[in-house]
Amino acid sequence: MVQGVRIKDHWKEQRLFERRALLAVAVVALLALVLCGRLYLLQVIRHDRYSQLSQGNRVRVEPIPAARGLMYDRNGTVLASGQPAYQLELVREEVPNLDATLQGLVAIGLLTDDELPEVRRNILSRRSFDSVPVRLRMSDEDAARFAVHRFEFPGVDIKTRESRLYPYGPLAVHAIGYVSAISEQDLAHIDRAAYSGTALIGKLGVEAAYEKELHGTNGYREILVNAEGRSVDKLGALTLQLKTQAPVAGDDLVLALDLKTQEAAEQALGDRRGAVVALDPRNGDVLALVSHPAFDPNLFAHGIGRAEYAALADDPDKPLLDRALRGTYPSGSTIKPALALAALTDHAVDPNHKVFCDGVFHLPGSRHLFRSDKDDPRGWIALSEAISRSSDVYFYGLAATLGIDRIAAFLTPLGYGRLTGIDIGGEKPGLLPTPAWKREAFSRPEDQVWFPGETVNMGLGQGYLLVTPLQLAHITGIIAERGRDFRPRVVKGVRDPDGHTRWLTPIEDQPILGVADADWSFVIEAMIGTTRCAQYCGTAWEAFKGAAYAAAGKTGTAQVYTVGQNATYNANIVPERLRDHAWFVAFAPAEAPRIAIAVLVENAGFGADAAAPLARKVLDAYLLGPDGRLKAQFAPPASDATDTRAAATRTADARPTGAGQAAR
Amino acid sequence: MIHEELTDASRARRTLTGTARMLLALKLDGPLLIGLALIAVYGLVVLYSASGQRLGMVLRQVGHLAMGAAAMLALAQVNPNFLRRISPWLYAAGIALLLIVAGIGYIGKGAQRWLDLGVFRFQPSELMKLAVPMMCAWYLRERPLPPSLPSLALLALLIVVPAGLVVMQPDLGTGTLIMAAGALVVILAGLQFRVMGALAALAALGGWAGWHLLHGYQRDRVLTFMNPESDPLGAGYHIIQSTIAIGSGGVFGKGWMNGSQAQLDFLPESSTDFIYAVIGEEFGMLGQVLLILLYVFVVGRAIYLATQTQDTFSRLLAGSLAVTFFAYVFINTGMVSGLLPVVGVPLPLVSYGGSSMVTLLAGFGMLMSLYSHRRLIGS
Repeated sequence: MVQGVRIKDHWKEQRLFERRALLAVAVVALLALVLCGRLYLLQVIRHDRYSQLSQGNRVRVEPIPAARGLMYDRNGTVLASGQPAYQLELVREEVPNLDATLQGLVAIGLLTDDELPEVRRNILSRRSFDSVPVRLRMSDEDAARFAVHRFEFPGVDIKTRESRLYPYGPLAVHAIGYVSAISEQDLAHIDRAAYSGTALIGKLGVEAAYEKELHGTNGYREILVNAEGRSVDKLGALTLQLKTQAPVAGDDLVLALDLKTQEAAEQALGDRRGAVVALDPRNGDVLALVSHPAFDPNLFAHGIGRAEYAALADDPDKPLLDRALRGTYPSGSTIKPALALAALTDHAVDPNHKVFCDGVFHLPGSRHLFRSDKDDPRGWIALSEAISRSSDVYFYGLAATLGIDRIAAFLTPLGYGRLTGIDIGGEKPGLLPTPAWKREAFSRPEDQVWFPGETVNMGLGQGYLLVTPLQLAHITGIIAERGRDFRPRVVKGVRDPDGHTRWLTPIEDQPILGVADADWSFVIEAMIGTTRCAQYCGTAWEAFKGAAYAAAGKTGTAQVYTVGQNATYNANIVPERLRDHAWFVAFAPAEAPRIAIAVLVENAGFGADAAAPLARKVLDAYLLGPDGRLKAQFAPPASDATDTRAAATRTADARPTGAGQAAR
Repeated sequence: MIHEELTDASRARRTLTGTARMLLALKLDGPLLIGLALIAVYGLVVLYSASGQRLGMVLRQVGHLAMGAAAMLALAQVNPNFLRRISPWLYAAGIALLLIVAGIGYIGKGAQRWLDLGVFRFQPSELMKLAVPMMCAWYLRERPLPPSLPSLALLALLIVVPAGLVVMQPDLGTGTLIMAAGALVVILAGLQFRVMGALAALAALGGWAGWHLLHGYQRDRVLTFMNPESDPLGAGYHIIQSTIAIGSGGVFGKGWMNGSQAQLDFLPESSTDFIYAVIGEEFGMLGQVLLILLYVFVVGRAIYLATQTQDTFSRLLAGSLAVTFFAYVFINTGMVSGLLPVVGVPLPLVSYGGSSMVTLLAGFGMLMSLYSHRRLIGS
């Protein structure tokens, strides 16, 4: 009975179990299908998306910086080149705690506390996956020190990167410029993607002006990384699809600079403050561009420290100031040839008319005494002699006769008060004062009046008039070329990585029209007279004693300090910074000018004493061969190169109102 | 019918090969064994790639397999009557060990799952994966089925106490599996659907009430657990990387040892819990579906064997072991492919590890014993 019940139960329960087992199989099958559906979703429908994610996971794009273009002088000497250097770089998104990491780097002496805020700001302004340099140019010792602590600094690594080397250090630094770490301000105007991997950017001079050419195009390399972001080498299919794009090096630049002339100019200036600009007037080539004191651009390429930079910025001699382009000074008497041209062109003076000079000029209707220097020539003086001997009294009168409007109308196209358009940045236009300018510049009505005495001051290049050494060199070049105006340029050729050099066409601006050829000759002859002794001795004759070429020049002395009405200027009692600036402008050979130069020596006194000898050295360096004779390529056409006097005379004879007649 | 059966039987007898005779003598089931062996070999191949081509790891896994196979072979020889008799004792011992482990963990102020026996470390929770269904089957063996409500209450207690202890270790994955193994016994025993529905409703109500009792941060924790992708750097990291691995594998996969997610360490625990993602990445959907088919074959065969057993204890235990095996598979693959929350459940026979391998194969050994000894029951 019990047995029967159990058997019956057993059957029923087995049927029940089998039904449940069948249900279990159905559920298993259903769940397996759900799973397959999920796989279909992930692996077929969303496959592309996950493929990209997987690719993004494992592949990191690492930029390969392009080699920056080199710079050569006109003879092929390297002025700026690349140099491999260790640098410390940081990738923000791989750093667990930026502040702690930077503090850690301070602790091991690779950063200093006062650099921190700037480094931090710089890192934060870059993209989180960019490798940002935090320290440029590490010494081997620094690199070793970091290597020991490397494991403490995930996301920070030493990279070998190309740095910049200026083999001649401070030489021509204001022309060449320098490169330095990319700053926050730079980031505002560059394409961050294009500069990814680039550590240095041009900051000044040619480095900045030709940044686009020099920079090149960065390449990239896809590298395989593991979950920690470390680069891994795996063979097989994983590496096969990795792409590499080689960088394209930047273009090399051939500068117009002549290393020998540049060196001569720097040596000539010595440790004095001043500037020298030498141009080839036929095409605007800047042969030398010196601003003293200078500084070593390698400092910036290394990553200049705060203290070092402060020392440069706070130096009272202002080494960072480019005096050649941005230093503005009264032109002093160097303006006289231009005024003479203006007067001759406007027939405002008779070149043969002599004026009696006694060292003091009285403006009719004014009690003001316009003093001239104690060395100012005395007696009856005509225009030619007034230029050669730099008569202040004559030019006071000439300026007063011409009037400010005619002066401004002539000097503006010549280049006073306007930018030369040189191919590097930062130049200042100087100032050519006019009544209209004065009305604009001053707010008080009594200051807005143009006084006749201010026109008189223009005769000596004093007053509000300001010029830069570059401007004066450029203007001197225009006179040398009898009105042809070539825009100054530091770069004359661009060489692509394949070695093809593209020579830049000189840019010729609107020439000076309306000046008679005879008037050009007259003024040029008078300028030649400055550098020699004939019936009278020019102001710069001593500096050009025995020159192998004819130089046309003009001295200038720019007052910094106004001497009182009854006082005499005595250099010995005036503080050094208030002493006069010495100017000299010249071009040579006078018959076929190949170089035009402006020399400024700050607070050095008379142009004839302080500036002209420097100009002579620079001209000699450029024009003379090792034998001390004029280089063949600079010899004036169809004349004996050494017999400059004969050549000058012949030129003068050929013209009706030449220097010969004027000097009578 | 009879004639046909006779001819079938005679043909079967004629075609018995040496291998089949050996399997019969060893009380093993051929198809099940082949299915398990295929999965294990597949697993070794994947493990070689997932471990970063470390042969040592593969060899150790072979060791685990050997240990598991030995356990399976041994248990296959055991008489089901013996298994039935020791069930309550095994269960009691397991509870005691769990309490000891919990006590040690409480004193040691840390998570504790292991019992260090000197020679090897023993995980009582693994034992419970077998002991709980055995106990449930034992309890139901002579009671009329489907079980009455008081029986259900007792069964619930039998299941929840060990599962709860394991969850508190904390080992949510194993606890879930223990719960599933016990519950499956009850479900296979014919638990009425209306009772299941009522329990489900009760669970939903409890969940709803519990949700409102939780603090904000606790709710966040639950939400992150349910949707790990909301926390990409924490809990979500595993699951995001594993779905990337699977999705990027596509239909055909990136090729053996070419899965970048696995090879470059983006995929965490690629040799253990997340090895299914490695299969998806390197062998694609084809490789994954193939593995699922193998599992379904094994589960199907095991369920078939369970239906062939002759008493309630055997049926319930065998059925539970079979379906629990699939629970393992589904929880792991569902978690790796982002269908289910992440609980630490290894992929059976494929994930690297000894404990679960031995337990699983021991379970199959018991299943084969229950099947192959069935004729002995009547005698």
